[in-house]
Amino acid sequence: MVTTSATDKLLRIEDLKLHFNVNQGVVQAVDGVDFELDNNSSVVILGESGCGKSSLAKAILRLLPRNAGTYTGKVWFGGQDVMQLDDEAFRRNVRWVGMSMVPQAALNSLNPVLRIGDQVAEPVMVHHGLKKDEAWGMARRMFQHVGVPEDFLIRYPFELSGGMRQRSVIAMALVTLPNLIILDEPTSALDLLTQANIFNVLKRLKEEFGTSYILITHDIATSSELAENVAVMYAGQLVEVSDAKRFFTKPLHPYSEKLMASVPRLHGNAELEFIKGSPPSLLNPPTGCRFKARCPHRFEKCDEDPPVFIKDGIKVRCWLYEENL
Amino acid sequence: MTDESMTLGVVQVEGQKHEGENVLDIRDLKVWFELRRFGFARTGFVHAVDGVSFELKRGEAIAIVGESGCGKSSLMKTILGLNEITDGEIYYNDMRLNEMNKKTLRWYRSTQIGYVQQDPYGALPPFMTVRRILEEPLVVGGMKDKTERLDRVRQAMEEVRLIPVNDYINKFPHQISGGQQQRVVIARALIQNPEIIVADEPVSMLDASVRVEVLQLMRALQEDHNISFIYITHDLSTVRYFSEYIFVMYAGRIAEKAKQHDLLTNPKHPYTFALLTATSEPDYENALGFKEVPPGEPPSLVQPPKGCRFHPRCKYAISGICDAEVPPDITIEEGHEVACWLYDERYEEPDFAA
Repeated sequence: MVTTSATDKLLRIEDLKLHFNVNQGVVQAVDGVDFELDNNSSVVILGESGCGKSSLAKAILRLLPRNAGTYTGKVWFGGQDVMQLDDEAFRRNVRWVGMSMVPQAALNSLNPVLRIGDQVAEPVMVHHGLKKDEAWGMARRMFQHVGVPEDFLIRYPFELSGGMRQRSVIAMALVTLPNLIILDEPTSALDLLTQANIFNVLKRLKEEFGTSYILITHDIATSSELAENVAVMYAGQLVEVSDAKRFFTKPLHPYSEKLMASVPRLHGNAELEFIKGSPPSLLNPPTGCRFKARCPHRFEKCDEDPPVFIKDGIKVRCWLYEENL
Repeated sequence: MTDESMTLGVVQVEGQKHEGENVLDIRDLKVWFELRRFGFARTGFVHAVDGVSFELKRGEAIAIVGESGCGKSSLMKTILGLNEITDGEIYYNDMRLNEMNKKTLRWYRSTQIGYVQQDPYGALPPFMTVRRILEEPLVVGGMKDKTERLDRVRQAMEEVRLIPVNDYINKFPHQISGGQQQRVVIARALIQNPEIIVADEPVSMLDASVRVEVLQLMRALQEDHNISFIYITHDLSTVRYFSEYIFVMYAGRIAEKAKQHDLLTNPKHPYTFALLTATSEPDYENALGFKEVPPGEPPSLVQPPKGCRFHPRCKYAISGICDAEVPPDITIEEGHEVACWLYDERYEEPDFAA
């Protein structure tokens, strides 16, 4: 039974949880995440290392490691509740058909002993049942879109530069023409000019194919290149979900505020700040607000779990915004 | 030690170049690597560093900015005494690095110059505790007395603010956070009281909030101990919080050198301008348009382009000169030099705003 929701959103996530079992206990990597994404839109998930942002990507794509424990919540994708699907149906109908992913270590995620073309063509052969030469035709088309010369298709990964390899991986994610691509730190290993180039490619693809993006990154400055919406993640939870314009002008949550104040800028004389202390362990997160130990605005209320308050359409998980409920 | 402030401001450079004598003087340095086929037949050279000159004064912080493959790592390794010099000279104080014998070179490498690696986790041996990691350079340096060594280790740990020391001294690298690991790496570079520290992308692997903390620490150390820093990076936006001078490197040569403020507000070389344009500021308007990026990729250093090495990607290139003759260093003003034909009297200056 597949339940459909009345929403016209491309992706809607409700109370998604993904916990991992380790020797010391349970790591609550994704702990109750809600957000929505429109068609042909983009959201940036910002967070520091260890906040669970990559686990969130895995939870959405259901790429679970063996030690995954609790995996609950609702994921509606294109009006379909995909959490109801069994693993085989999910693999057949959703992963790489509806949504695909550019993994974090994209540079190392190509198979070194296969030609690039075979790897880019493989998803369409598996999912769309195309013959090899048709699939190669698709791969050739995708290479034009991402701006790599076609003759690179017959080469092996080691013959390509970092930027070229990154583009090939993007072509691989794009070849089945999915509605959603999840990008996990797509440019963090690349040079400045290459990085700018890749973002240009992604923006162009969004215009041409109407693709939506979830960009997962810790790099606030470059994330703005692809941000229509911003979600800030801290210790397994989203603490602020906002639109880019308001987020980059004046973020609401104290953590977002601090993060923005730590971004080095090319102009102006603003002093940089840093956040003292380190994020809490996800093995045993503190009760109440998870940011309270590092927060300059802490008060009594912070020992209770903050719900999500909505202020002018911005969702923020902080007691400071209580009166706006 | 400076007091624990939580902010870090932009480096202000006074009108004059840094006071004091040269610690490092590099003249027309060339570092080429031989390419061989089947192990014996020479087939050419990789011109990794091809005619670089600069001076580093005592207590000064400079930054070398460039993309991967521009030769900045080869330059760094040569300064650290790890690469052979093909041509040109490096003077450390009054000593010529080219002529140092093995023993002097070892003394130079182990006590006079420190190195902060990019990836702190990769740079720390996983089977050693913080104490052993920091003791090792002292043992190699010949400090025999155990208590003296321990005192120095504790002092260095306090300097990089790994406090309370007892909480960290017996930990293994995997037991501490990335920012703390980078502090251990900095403490290791510092432990022999070197004159120069070379930091290769010291903050690129760290989270935004920790990044500022580490930069602030390095600046405090530089000011307190009067250490000269060479900061190697591809990120122009962190540079202005750390160094006084910026050298932009492209394909083995320095394209432009200037005071930090001048370079960022008044770039002259088309490549510097391209780098600045490509750097993102946190601004929602970025998502609304496309960035202008020069076409192509950096050239191969085996057979670099003739003339100016940036000319195949440069939209201001003048045929007949840029693709034929190597541009000289043209002085724009005191301390601001650019290797670009466009600033020669015979040609017209480019208008980047257009």
